[in-house]
Amino acid sequence: MSVPTELGYTAKHEWVRVEDGIATVGITSFAAESLGDIVFVELPEVGGEVTTGESCGEVESTKSVSEIYSPVSGEVTEVNEALENEPEKINSEPFGDGWLFRARVSEEPSDLLSAEEYTKLTEGEE
Amino acid sequence: MSEPAAAPRATALREVHEKAGATLVDFAGWLMPLRYGSETAEHTAVREAAGLFDLSHMGEIRLTGPQAAEALDYALVGHLSQVKVGRARYTMITAEDGGVLDDLIVYRLGEEEYLVVANAANVPVVASALAERASGFDVEVADESADYALIAVQGPRAVEILAPLTDADLDGIRYYAGYEHTVAGTPVLLARTGYTGEDGFEIFVRPADGAPAVWEALMERGAGHGLVPAGLSARDTLRMEAGMPLYGQELTPDLTPFDAGLGRVVKFDKGDFVGRAALEEAARTARPRRLIGLLARGRRPLRRGQEVLRDGTAVGTITSGAPSPTLGRPIAMAYVDGDLDTGTGAFTVDVRGRGEDVDVVDLPFYKRRS
Repeated sequence: MSVPTELGYTAKHEWVRVEDGIATVGITSFAAESLGDIVFVELPEVGGEVTTGESCGEVESTKSVSEIYSPVSGEVTEVNEALENEPEKINSEPFGDGWLFRARVSEEPSDLLSAEEYTKLTEGEE
Repeated sequence: MSEPAAAPRATALREVHEKAGATLVDFAGWLMPLRYGSETAEHTAVREAAGLFDLSHMGEIRLTGPQAAEALDYALVGHLSQVKVGRARYTMITAEDGGVLDDLIVYRLGEEEYLVVANAANVPVVASALAERASGFDVEVADESADYALIAVQGPRAVEILAPLTDADLDGIRYYAGYEHTVAGTPVLLARTGYTGEDGFEIFVRPADGAPAVWEALMERGAGHGLVPAGLSARDTLRMEAGMPLYGQELTPDLTPFDAGLGRVVKFDKGDFVGRAALEEAARTARPRRLIGLLARGRRPLRRGQEVLRDGTAVGTITSGAPSPTLGRPIAMAYVDGDLDTGTGAFTVDVRGRGEDVDVVDLPFYKRRS
C-alpha cells in the first residue's frame, strides 16, 4: 500500500497536510481498507474547534463505527461535504477526494509520524 | 491474564481465499472470509449476477436408522417424518421451555437417513441434544461436520453457471430439495437452498478436501457471468434484506419460535416432542415480543442493541442492523412489545444519544422478482 511521503501521520491512522496555516485531515488507506466500505461520516462543524488527540467525528462502515481523532488543534474552516452523499470516496481516494476537514492551526502539529514510520507501524498491525 | 483463545480452524478453502486477497476473521471458531474486496460490491453481485460463498463452518449431523424419522419428530419442532426423500425443511430445535437452541435445515437423504445442518456456534449443543433425544430410538447420530465443506452459489445467474458443471437437471431441483449429484466431477449433495433471498444452490462436499476443485471450477465457469467470491459481511446484509433471522440475534434461547414470528415451523400434529408443552402454551398466549422491520430516513447506520422509541418512549431493541446496499438506506430488525400498535406515532432509534427517524416497514425488505 502506498503512503504519500509528503503527509504526516498519527498512530490512529489519520493523515494531515499543513499548507499556509491550514491543515487538511483525512484517514489513511490502511484505515479505510481495514474498516471496509464506508457508508456514513460525521464531521466536525465548520467554525467549531478541534483539539489534538480528541475525537471530532465518526466514520461508519458496514460493520463498525470508528472515531476520528484530530491530529491538530484549531478552528474548523471547511468540511468535505461531498462525503455526505458519497462516503465511499474515503475508500477510493483516502488521500485525495476522501479528505475529511480543514482547520486553521496556529502552529505546526508536533508528534506526527513520517510516512516511513507510519508504514512500519501498519506492517506490525497487519 | 486471560487464556489465549484457541486458534480458529481453517476450512478446506483457506488457501483459495488467501490467494483471492480475502480479509479472514475468526467467526464461531472458524477462520472465515469476511470480504474479498468491497462487501457492497459482493452484495450487489449476488442480487444482480451471482456470488460464491464458503460456508464450511456450518455443521452437518447425520441420522441413520429405521427410526431416524421418529427420532427427529421427537427431537425437533418440525414434522420431519412427513418430508419426502430428496426434500428439505427449515426447522428448529428448542429446549424443554420452548427456547430456541438453533435453527436448522434438515435434508431427507433416504427413507432412513437425514442430514441436519446447524449453525457453526451451535454444533456441539445440537449434536449432543440430538444424540440424547435419539437415545430411545433405533438410530445412529453422527456429527460429520469435520468431514464436510459447504459451498453456496447464489444469485439470479446461479443456474446458468452451475448447469454445465453438473450431471443434475437443475430445472428438476425445486426450492428446498437436495440430491446426490456431481459438480465438476466431484460427488456432492446438491441442494437448492440459501440464505440470501436469491435463487441458488448449496453444495455439500465430502470429503472436504474436494472443495477447492469445485470452487475453482465454479469461479472459472462464472467469470463471464459476473460471479464473484462473497464473504460473511455480504451474507449478513443479504439475509437481513431478505428478513431472515440469524441465530444469536433474532433467535436465542430466551425466545420461542412464536416470539420470532416463526411459529409456523412448530408442528403439533405429531406425537410428543421436546418443548411441546411450553410451545403449546406459547401458541395460545399473546406474544410478548414481535419482530418488525425498520427503514431509516437518514444515512446513519442502525446497529444491533440500539433502542427503538415511539414518540420518545422505549418500545424495543434492534437485533440486526446495517446499511442496505439494495435500498440505499439503513435497515434493521427489532423486537418490540408484542401488543405495540406500530401504525401510529413517530418512531426513532437512539443512535448514541441521537434520535434517528425511522419508518416501520413489513419484512422482508427485499423480495426477488420471479
